Amino acid sequence: MTKLQNAIVGGVRAVIGHVPESWLPGGTPDPLIDKRVTLGEQQSRVDGPDKVRGAARFAAEVAMENLLYAAFVHSTIARGRIADIDVSAAAAASGVALVMTYRNAPKMSVPPPIGMTNLKAAGNHTLPIMQDPEIRWNGQVVAVVLAETREQADHAATLVRVRYDAAPARTRFEEGKASAYTPESILVERNRIEKGGPSRKFAEAAFKIDAVYTTPWENHNPIEPHAATIVWRDGKLIVHDATQMIHGTAGSLAKIFGPNAGDVEVSSPYVGGGFGAKGLWDHQILGAAAAKLADRPVRVALSRASMHRLIGGRMQTEQRVALAANADGKLNGLLHHGFGVRPLHSICDEGFTLTGRSLYASESFDIVQHYVDLDLLANSFMRGPGETPGTFAIECAMDELAHAIGMDPLELRRRNVATRDPLSGAPHSQSAMMEAYDLGATRIGWDRRLAEPGVRREGEWLIGMGCASGTFPFMRMPGTSVRITIDASGHAHVSSAAHEMGMGTATVQRQHAADRLGLPLDRVTVTIGDSSLPFASFAGGSSQTASLAAAISSASAKLVAELMRIAGNDTPLAGLKPSEVEFSDGGVCSVGDHARQESFASILRRANRSDLSVVGESGAPLEIMKYSMHSTSANFCELRVSEVTGEIRVDRLVGAFDCGRILNAKTASSQFKGGMIMGLGMALTEETLLDERTGRILSTSLADYHVPVHLDVPDIEVLWTDIPDPRTPLGARGIGEIGTTGVAAAIANAVFNATGKRVRDLPLTLDKLV
Amino acid sequence: MTPLTYVRAAGRADALARVESGARFLGGGTNLVDLLRQNVEQASDLVDVSLLEGIIRETDGGGLLIDASVRNAAVAAHPLVRRRYPVLARALLAGASAQIRNMATVGGNILQRTRCMYFYDVEGARCNKRQPGTGCDALDGFNRYHAILGASDQCVATHPSDMCVALAMLDAVIHLSGPEGERSVPLTNFHVLPDAAPHVETVLKSGELIAAVELPPPSGAVTNAEYRKVRDRSSYAFALISVAGGLALADGRVTQARIALGGVAAKPWRATRAEAALVGVAPTPEAFLAAIRKELVGARPLSGNDFKISLVERTVVAVLTALSGAHA
Repeated sequence: MTKLQNAIVGGVRAVIGHVPESWLPGGTPDPLIDKRVTLGEQQSRVDGPDKVRGAARFAAEVAMENLLYAAFVHSTIARGRIADIDVSAAAAASGVALVMTYRNAPKMSVPPPIGMTNLKAAGNHTLPIMQDPEIRWNGQVVAVVLAETREQADHAATLVRVRYDAAPARTRFEEGKASAYTPESILVERNRIEKGGPSRKFAEAAFKIDAVYTTPWENHNPIEPHAATIVWRDGKLIVHDATQMIHGTAGSLAKIFGPNAGDVEVSSPYVGGGFGAKGLWDHQILGAAAAKLADRPVRVALSRASMHRLIGGRMQTEQRVALAANADGKLNGLLHHGFGVRPLHSICDEGFTLTGRSLYASESFDIVQHYVDLDLLANSFMRGPGETPGTFAIECAMDELAHAIGMDPLELRRRNVATRDPLSGAPHSQSAMMEAYDLGATRIGWDRRLAEPGVRREGEWLIGMGCASGTFPFMRMPGTSVRITIDASGHAHVSSAAHEMGMGTATVQRQHAADRLGLPLDRVTVTIGDSSLPFASFAGGSSQTASLAAAISSASAKLVAELMRIAGNDTPLAGLKPSEVEFSDGGVCSVGDHARQESFASILRRANRSDLSVVGESGAPLEIMKYSMHSTSANFCELRVSEVTGEIRVDRLVGAFDCGRILNAKTASSQFKGGMIMGLGMALTEETLLDERTGRILSTSLADYHVPVHLDVPDIEVLWTDIPDPRTPLGARGIGEIGTTGVAAAIANAVFNATGKRVRDLPLTLDKLV
Repeated sequence: MTPLTYVRAAGRADALARVESGARFLGGGTNLVDLLRQNVEQASDLVDVSLLEGIIRETDGGGLLIDASVRNAAVAAHPLVRRRYPVLARALLAGASAQIRNMATVGGNILQRTRCMYFYDVEGARCNKRQPGTGCDALDGFNRYHAILGASDQCVATHPSDMCVALAMLDAVIHLSGPEGERSVPLTNFHVLPDAAPHVETVLKSGELIAAVELPPPSGAVTNAEYRKVRDRSSYAFALISVAGGLALADGRVTQARIALGGVAAKPWRATRAEAALVGVAPTPEAFLAAIRKELVGARPLSGNDFKISLVERTVVAVLTALSGAHA
């Protein structure tokens, strides 16, 4: 990310800022914001029955004849070279078909890095994969074993003998800080911000807090570990993958293995959870390479241990936040500095310092983040990247400031909530965070909270309440396209290479298409999850719903025009222009006179057509250049802390969300709750344990990496403002990531309220409280 | 996993015979199968003893005899266990998950191995327990879960069982069958401290099989007892520390105290010094604290687990205080 990029983005924003609103996408609010039939309802997932019956086929379950199973050998040093690798015993072991190392691996180019400019790229790091004897992190794959059974492959992998020439490795965070680097930009935002004279504001402020917060390395741990079933057929690479980047994976594999992107097919109809982890990593690439060498299909199904060693997680961060306020709590200064571990070979930004730029109208800002380059596995995107660790620091700091002033923390937010973008001055497309706060406060009974910490008690349990804001930017990806096909019976078939990781993609877009096209739900089908379908961007950044919705909206406009064109002159609609008709009741009718209508089936029949297809695309997301667009939330927590053991038991979580209109109450509620549980895990237990002496990850199973168990998860209540965003398709903003943001801070703030102890280092394990 | 054969033992004699010719006993497999799959342990032949007859029955003396093949879940649910030895049921239910308790056997639980992450990292870590003489990466590494009592400079691993902590507190006796006949060992003498040979974890001899666990008849300090486990999440996590405590009182004085600690040593730790210090004293939090501090005099915390000392103190005091209140 360069200075040039900052200049370009700044220039585009300046120009867009002067463009009339009606020119921009969403300039005319989407009529479906109000004209809803099935949208907004509770709808069960269309993929639910197949999943419950076990009929849904996941990547590791795709049947294939002559299949070989892969096992990986991981490096045990962080830096150095393979001096010798003896595969003879492994190759001779029962059932083994191939042992692949850098010595016999096919030539592969470096994966093209994922980014905003190339939507067919999905690489998470820029390192060569099994092309040389170099070791770049502890856990890197040094050999792939293919065998007739998984057990044979696993056994043979233990027989590979590797001797290393170890080199000094940089694996310690504290030591790495000294040589941290400072990028010019974070995602598409300028990194260094100094505005409004922060040093003077801090010097003059009535109240100040200044503290350092840390968040550990975390791993995603979806219920389905990464897996792919891979075959080369007539020179074409076919990958049944578990991915949230179908076309990115297909495009990247085409670049890695050959010149022609059309030669790679990726299918991924069901993904058992992604959270940012299900992208392109070494396992698909190595699996494809080994399948090519062995000339047989290969199944790669990562163990939890391999997953932790090969799939990057959320970077470790250390964040300093200083806040200054005047006597009535108005923010004079917001300082947010920090370090995060991002190896130079890593692609992913973790914009934890973006959080404080949008939430509060401080008079001055002093913001910059640095990256620590270590010899570790590349970090990656994990639910709410940037804002999840960022809100922990900012929202704990707000709580500390409220306590210092002696003000209710909710009131402190009310006095500082931004009414437009605090840095650029751009107007909000829509924002009602304080309405979310009011909803949540009422639900949890915030008036029961005692301002003085450590005084509510039941037996050995100290009881406390906390709150914190959550935030995540709106994103809509360009290039996502859908095909709508109307068949002879008047049914609509919507298709796109979009992704289903459990969030209800097809379910919600089926509701959307039904409402958009004036059809009942049972006359709409949605097909996703395969690269043969129209191009779709990744399912990430909470952008997929908006991107697909824009594409369906665009396609439906084309569909009207096409229907009118083939309808001819013998239709009741004759003489009307496409702009004078709309979808209604399974066909097209005059806007002013619904009696002038002809059904899809009738139009196709007369035109002698068996079907009619159009493709629409999500255009450039210029709205995000003009408007400040963020989902926001108010998190509330009530919990107990044992005075004896320091154990925390969270009794209640309330999340109140301002994310535009909610499209499906059932799937949205599940998304929010899942996100909040991930935030709960971040707060209480989750930590990737790294041995800094060796760069070795220790927590390689679900017994060692603690995600919350059922008993940790309290009653979770989810509320939403449901206020439409007039600048987005369907009036909706993303809901996938925001659920996680702010939760850890709300819990840490509640712990402070309960105990009077301020723990600034996650996770909040009991040893930090006794 | 090394390729292996698997047979179900037809009876105890069959099992013993097969082990004499090199097979390993397999209980519920909830630990050993993981160890084999991760290549921490190797076996060429497994003989499954989890399907041997397993019952729970009263002994002539009023105690209880639990066959080694009885599943953990069945022990926890047994009416006599729940009524007479509730601390055992509570300890069992504090362990693992429902699915694991349904599989795991009593014998296997006693013989389960440490959860030290370096022990499991065959390729990437040094471990004297796994491979004697290679070193211990936990000593100066991640040792938050590790021992504060009875460890050595060769090994600081802990025994992970909850059940065994309750058994230690109950004066349980292990009955063994082997090629040389039968013998019995108190549970507190069954596991051994690491010293210079941390790969030796019990007094079990080659070819011996745990046949049963015997509980002596319950005393006052056994029925007035509690198990409290402190861990990083509310279920499915090994103990940071745990306490099995029992108290008998008469005339405002402690007549018998029983305290066993988990998560602090390579074996379930019977706190005999603390117990002795409590006999005859008034049951106050101050007395409980003074007593457990006597036990912890020899505690040697590591870089990552010094919190365990105060955690043991506070938890023991809380458990015993609650138990003294129950009789007040």
